[in-house]
Amino acid sequence: MALKLSDYKTDVHNDWCPGCGDFGILNAIQMALADLQVPPHRTTIFSGIGCSGKTPHFIKTYGIHTLHGRVLPFAQGAKLANPELEVIAVGGDGDGLGIGVGHLVSAGRRNVDMVYIIFNNAVYGLTKGQAAPTLKLGMKTKSLPQPNVNNSVNPIALALVAGFTFLARGYSYDVRHLKELIKKAVAHNGLAFIDVLQPCPTYNDINTKEWFQGLDNIDPKAGKAIPRMYKLEETGYDGEVHSPDEINQKMSQVIEKSNEWGNKIPIGIFYQNEHVPTYQERIIARIPDYMENPPALQQIADNEGKTVTSIDKLLADLQVIK
Amino acid sequence: MHACASALTAVRRIHANAASMMLRRAADNSSKALKEGHAKESKLEKTIMNSLSWVIGGAQGSGVDSAANIFSRACAIGGLHLFGKREYYSNIKGEHSYFTVRISDRPVHSHVDEISMLVSFDAETIFRHFEEVTASGAIIYDSDIVNTLLDEVPTVDDPAVARIKKVLQKAGLGFTVQDALEHAKRRGVILFPMPFFQLLKEFAQEANDPALSRLTRMVNVMALSASMAIMDFDSEVLARAIQFIFRTKKKVADLNVQACVHTYNYAKAKFAGSNFSYRLKIKPPQPDMIIVQGNQSSALGKMVAGCRFQTYYPITPASDDSEFLEANEILDLYDSGKKGSTVVIQTEDEIAALTMAIGSALTGVRTATATSGPGFSLMAEALGWAGMNEVPVVISLYQRTGPSTGLPTRHEQGDLNFAINAGHGEFPRIVFASGDIEESFYDTMKVFNFADRYQMPVIHMLDKAMANSLITCKNFNVKKIAIDRGLRVKQITEKDKGVADNYLRFKLSNNPISPMVVLGTKNAIFWNSGDEHTEEGHITEDPEIRVQMMDKRMTKLDVAIKEIPDEDKAVAYGSGDTVIISWGSTKGAILDAMDILAVEGMRVKYIQVRLMHPFPSELVKSMLKDAKTVIDIEMNYTGQLGSLVRQHTGLEANYHIVKYNGRPMSLNEVYNGVKRIIRGDAPRRQVLKSGA
Repeated sequence: MALKLSDYKTDVHNDWCPGCGDFGILNAIQMALADLQVPPHRTTIFSGIGCSGKTPHFIKTYGIHTLHGRVLPFAQGAKLANPELEVIAVGGDGDGLGIGVGHLVSAGRRNVDMVYIIFNNAVYGLTKGQAAPTLKLGMKTKSLPQPNVNNSVNPIALALVAGFTFLARGYSYDVRHLKELIKKAVAHNGLAFIDVLQPCPTYNDINTKEWFQGLDNIDPKAGKAIPRMYKLEETGYDGEVHSPDEINQKMSQVIEKSNEWGNKIPIGIFYQNEHVPTYQERIIARIPDYMENPPALQQIADNEGKTVTSIDKLLADLQVIK
Repeated sequence: MHACASALTAVRRIHANAASMMLRRAADNSSKALKEGHAKESKLEKTIMNSLSWVIGGAQGSGVDSAANIFSRACAIGGLHLFGKREYYSNIKGEHSYFTVRISDRPVHSHVDEISMLVSFDAETIFRHFEEVTASGAIIYDSDIVNTLLDEVPTVDDPAVARIKKVLQKAGLGFTVQDALEHAKRRGVILFPMPFFQLLKEFAQEANDPALSRLTRMVNVMALSASMAIMDFDSEVLARAIQFIFRTKKKVADLNVQACVHTYNYAKAKFAGSNFSYRLKIKPPQPDMIIVQGNQSSALGKMVAGCRFQTYYPITPASDDSEFLEANEILDLYDSGKKGSTVVIQTEDEIAALTMAIGSALTGVRTATATSGPGFSLMAEALGWAGMNEVPVVISLYQRTGPSTGLPTRHEQGDLNFAINAGHGEFPRIVFASGDIEESFYDTMKVFNFADRYQMPVIHMLDKAMANSLITCKNFNVKKIAIDRGLRVKQITEKDKGVADNYLRFKLSNNPISPMVVLGTKNAIFWNSGDEHTEEGHITEDPEIRVQMMDKRMTKLDVAIKEIPDEDKAVAYGSGDTVIISWGSTKGAILDAMDILAVEGMRVKYIQVRLMHPFPSELVKSMLKDAKTVIDIEMNYTGQLGSLVRQHTGLEANYHIVKYNGRPMSLNEVYNGVKRIIRGDAPRRQVLKSGA
């Protein structure tokens, strides 16, 4: 029996603000899971802290709502202990690029086969609108007492140099496009990163839905708004590393494209490189039956509770006389 | 008569080494048996058989460890018991490290302050330890370095230089190695000069390979071999030990054996007829004995316990645990052609170490992380998450000297309060402390059982002293402790489900422990949250559910304290109304000191607390019931166990023996400290200070 979109929804009351970009991301995740027909029990959504941290509670898969900034190590631990699980980590920009940025960099070095989605609205919502690491320098949202004094981080470029092997950006109100990105990220063999731009209707009065739609930027000829988003795939951009000798060139174009901001903001897949061995593959090089017999599936005791592990050889080495 | 003879034998056994010197020096030597023993057994003064404290020192990276391991192995093959401990600086190469090995016919559990034989091949070892060599002891040294001045050894730090100069000056001596040796000689220490460089040259000629003369790295084995020759140790057994230690490098092994034989013969001939009274005589070894280090025992326990996932961030002295697991990541299984395996992950920090471990534990894997104080500090928040979400996870906490970076390679038991209280808010955890290396193997299996059975984080307290000690003991019995995974549901039936088809992971019932299911289980969707949560695991701020969930989590501790057997809570050794209360690796020195006190007619009881949290209040209270004098012995400043005992039983220790100079307690210190208390001339708080 095919799984329906409703099979991925819970009846937990959603208390995000009306108009919050999180809704689009939540819908896109649920739609992607339904499209992929991933059994809910095989899927675990991990989240950090903040508004985005509540996401797993609205999705009817296993849901692990972790600590501020620590979603990636939690998620990697589960995936590596049981590589059969489909693991998706979600978190806010403050969570992943502020308090947890060290884990983002280290996760990149491992390239564990899973997906990480950052809900990027440039503010800390749940603590009432402080500047997040993606807020541009000098911006003063209505919730800030003074303009933002820090420069913003470029999440895509950061994830690139950290070693993520799939990089994409979506927009929370282009749900179908985002859903396709999520499906590709899940299918990607390695660590996938999706930076999702989203308005915070309550605290970010600069990067609003209207701003993204370009309502302030009317084409004088057509008299219509020029949306700020454009799709990379519609420009002939190809982020895929087809052979390892293309890596430098492909990485350079990611830096260039991810720096675009203002009136032209690219979304789509920036980069995909499956020439880097995943962490699972690196473990297999040492533990050949890791995928068939990962930690979570190993039997450790017999029916009477006696250990099945023999350390006889190691003890023989310690034995005074053999 | 017979009883007297056996008492004397006991005295000799216990005292024959440095401990007897210590006792003789004691102001009040009231032991009649002891005095008689020395009078009657004047031979004892001449030959002290199989009982000594042997120390080898040298610059870090110069082979001190290998030499000590060879020595220990050789003695163990020769049927002797030993306790070894390693002291080293937070440094890679050049600073002074030393290895103390105490040898006996009987099991030994601690080190003594005195050195019977000091084996050196550099100047610093002499300067650092010459005062500790006992009156009839010996120093083996490189005769080429006797003119080295104290000020010429850059690694002896200023405070040590000042102390050493003061001692030499007081004796009217100068500041060379020769002066330090002279100082020892005046006290009766026997000196054994070894021309190591000359010997190397001769050895190279003998082997017809001039390149060998440059192999100064073999000096460690040469110095060791000289010490063995002087003590008449069987050279064949020594060669076997060398072969064993270098078993993966046959060429190196053979070369070292040759150098050993060459030096051994030289020393034997040159020092024949010396007055040195200590001898090591091999015996048939007892069957099924192992020689094991404290940084291996818990890791071995983890393998047997079924720990299949361990995370860590490098930190002294905990990393060895993880590295041992990783080096042996493929596991043999009984009755199966298949192999098991442990995934060991080096994380970016200790926050990731614990959070990743929790992620793994949620999939049903027995998971651990190993760390030390600074790392554990970073784990505090995640610890609370594990408590909140009832995740079974084990933290091996190898304590070292704090606070902050402290003395990063030295010992302390300063983290007890922190282990019990780390994290904000209130949540259940178990804190369990091992007292020695052998215990730590079995305890490791127990802590995983506790974690699974009570679904909470368990902090297994270990320490630097244990991690860097070496013992001989009975081979580990891997089937002794059964694996208990607690309440777990593997398959979900309709009745297991709760509202809206979801699994009630935190089901409220008469039993505060809800059956655990793991991520990936069919029909068992649940949620976890660091927020207060409902039975399904969804966020709630409902005041009634809050109370129910707090009660559920916290009362698991009541179940634990009810179920955990007494022998895992606190153990009593000996009897008497003078009662020592202690925890962790002070155990060895206390037990050994009790033996000597008993011979002198001082009966002492020792309570080793093992379950530190939840505190076994009733049991400890009843154990202390008849105590007239309670002595709290701990390796920390404030007497953390003493405070716990007061907090939970209302009973206050009358005396505290504490130590916080980074060096583990010696037998002498515990013996002297307790004896002073019994004699009635001790202050309420004694601070121990021995150790280089």
